[in-house]
Amino acid sequence: MAYSDKVIEHYENPRNVGSFDKDDKDVGTGLVGAPACGDVMKLQIKVSADGIIEDAKFKTFGCGSAIASSSLVTEWVKGKTLDEAEKIKNTEIAQELALPPVKIHCSVLAEDAIKAAIADYRKKTGEGDDVPEADAAAG
Amino acid sequence: MSAVKIDKSVIGRNAGEPIYLDYQATTPCDPRVVEKMLPWFTEKFGNPHSRNHRYGWEAEEAVEQAREQIADLIGADRREIVFTSGATESNNLAIKGVAHFNKDRKNHIVTVVTEHKCVLDTCRHLEQEGFRVTYLPVRPDGLIDLGQLEEAIEDKTVLVSVMGANNEIGVIQPLAEIGALCRRKGVFFHTDCAQAVGKISLDVNAMNIDLMSISGHKIYGPKGIGALFVRRRPRVRLVPLINGGGQERGMRSGTLATPLCVGLGEACAIAKAEMGAEAERLRGLRDRLLKGIQARLPEVYVNGDLDRRLPGNLNLSFAFVEGEGLMMGVKDLAVSSGSACTSASLEPSYVLRALGLDAEMAHTSLRFGIGRFTTEADIDYAIGHVADAVNHLREMSPLWEMHQEGIDIKSIRWAEH
Repeated sequence: MAYSDKVIEHYENPRNVGSFDKDDKDVGTGLVGAPACGDVMKLQIKVSADGIIEDAKFKTFGCGSAIASSSLVTEWVKGKTLDEAEKIKNTEIAQELALPPVKIHCSVLAEDAIKAAIADYRKKTGEGDDVPEADAAAG
Repeated sequence: MSAVKIDKSVIGRNAGEPIYLDYQATTPCDPRVVEKMLPWFTEKFGNPHSRNHRYGWEAEEAVEQAREQIADLIGADRREIVFTSGATESNNLAIKGVAHFNKDRKNHIVTVVTEHKCVLDTCRHLEQEGFRVTYLPVRPDGLIDLGQLEEAIEDKTVLVSVMGANNEIGVIQPLAEIGALCRRKGVFFHTDCAQAVGKISLDVNAMNIDLMSISGHKIYGPKGIGALFVRRRPRVRLVPLINGGGQERGMRSGTLATPLCVGLGEACAIAKAEMGAEAERLRGLRDRLLKGIQARLPEVYVNGDLDRRLPGNLNLSFAFVEGEGLMMGVKDLAVSSGSACTSASLEPSYVLRALGLDAEMAHTSLRFGIGRFTTEADIDYAIGHVADAVNHLREMSPLWEMHQEGIDIKSIRWAEH
């Protein structure tokens, strides 16, 4: 399978690989996917006091498209408010990386990872009551 | 005759190209094979079925010599060799041919879950026609249980089809024991030996094999040709798939492709002459690869039995690293993965699953196929390249992180998607 240049670029130079301490108050962690399905993404956000995502990290078990999708979204969420980050759509990720149809589930998983990380942060800080659950992963 | 110049040293290793380690997918044509084929395209172009002139006679002679070379490699008689377009056709012809010929008496076939897709798909088609098929499981080492095979054979069983060596994990089934059992039970024994021919020694009489599928391009011969061994005594009769002028004793009509037949014959002759030394060399390279990788990386597992295996096959699972991601990382190597993502189906390898491997371990596998033109330098490069890629991806893997923290991944409730 041929990969797009952007997928290869992210795969070879992944942005923001790593972990924050998941017990830190200002960190939200999303862990989505399943090993049996061949994709697991862990996305973490560090949120400033005024609600801005000031840093993000990821670790991903998966194919090149899954790694590229998670790398890309760590770049995209930085500097955004939680509400803004929550609006990132898998279609935008798929379009940016020129993912073929068979790899769309990688972008869906990345969107789910953002939502899960935000939900986790909100739950921790007690402002999660009005937040809908992240969509069930599809793919 | 003008021969094409082929430099052996560049096969699979042209500048900037990945090192070819996918010899179970296909092999390059041996330059000696190409050399033998060439005149049969141009000067000696006759139809081997033309009986009236020299062009036909010389082509027929060449085809018959090739038949002899193929038969020689497996201990058969040349009259028992039917040329086909490849092992897929051979498997179709053997299974459908025997099933259809005997359909008024018997309607049951026994095969194995790890067979090649073309055997399984053929059996599925026969099921749709009303035949019954038993798919035997394999043990965790990839081999069948002979007791289970014996139990599966019943009065209505016409054919047992068990492959010689598996294309993914290279494990070699106990053909002699299976053949003896089938003969005792009065059941035809077909074996798909696309991967085994020319790699391990085979004898259709000692092993009581009634039908054997052979592929050209897996043994350094040309693509587009294969053969089916069809036993004459006791005789195996088939309904042909292709009707026409009655060539190949009526079992496979159509004008033979003289250059391809000659190529397959030469490939068999070379295999026969060099198999012993080649197997030893490949086993050495295989062991070097395995030891080298294991010395550099923890949590690497061999899939399938290591001893009863093709010398040139190694199938490894690199825990916590997904196979397709890994293939992208080892871009200087041409290898295959059992990961879902390499197939259109998004299912991990059914062969690895049949060994009882968890889906997550099946997702982390790579198949290394080592062959005639693989060098020690290739293997040494591969070891370092694989180790670097796995380490890089493990640093990026949330599962590796959990493993390092002592978290059992199986204890987590994953949302399967």
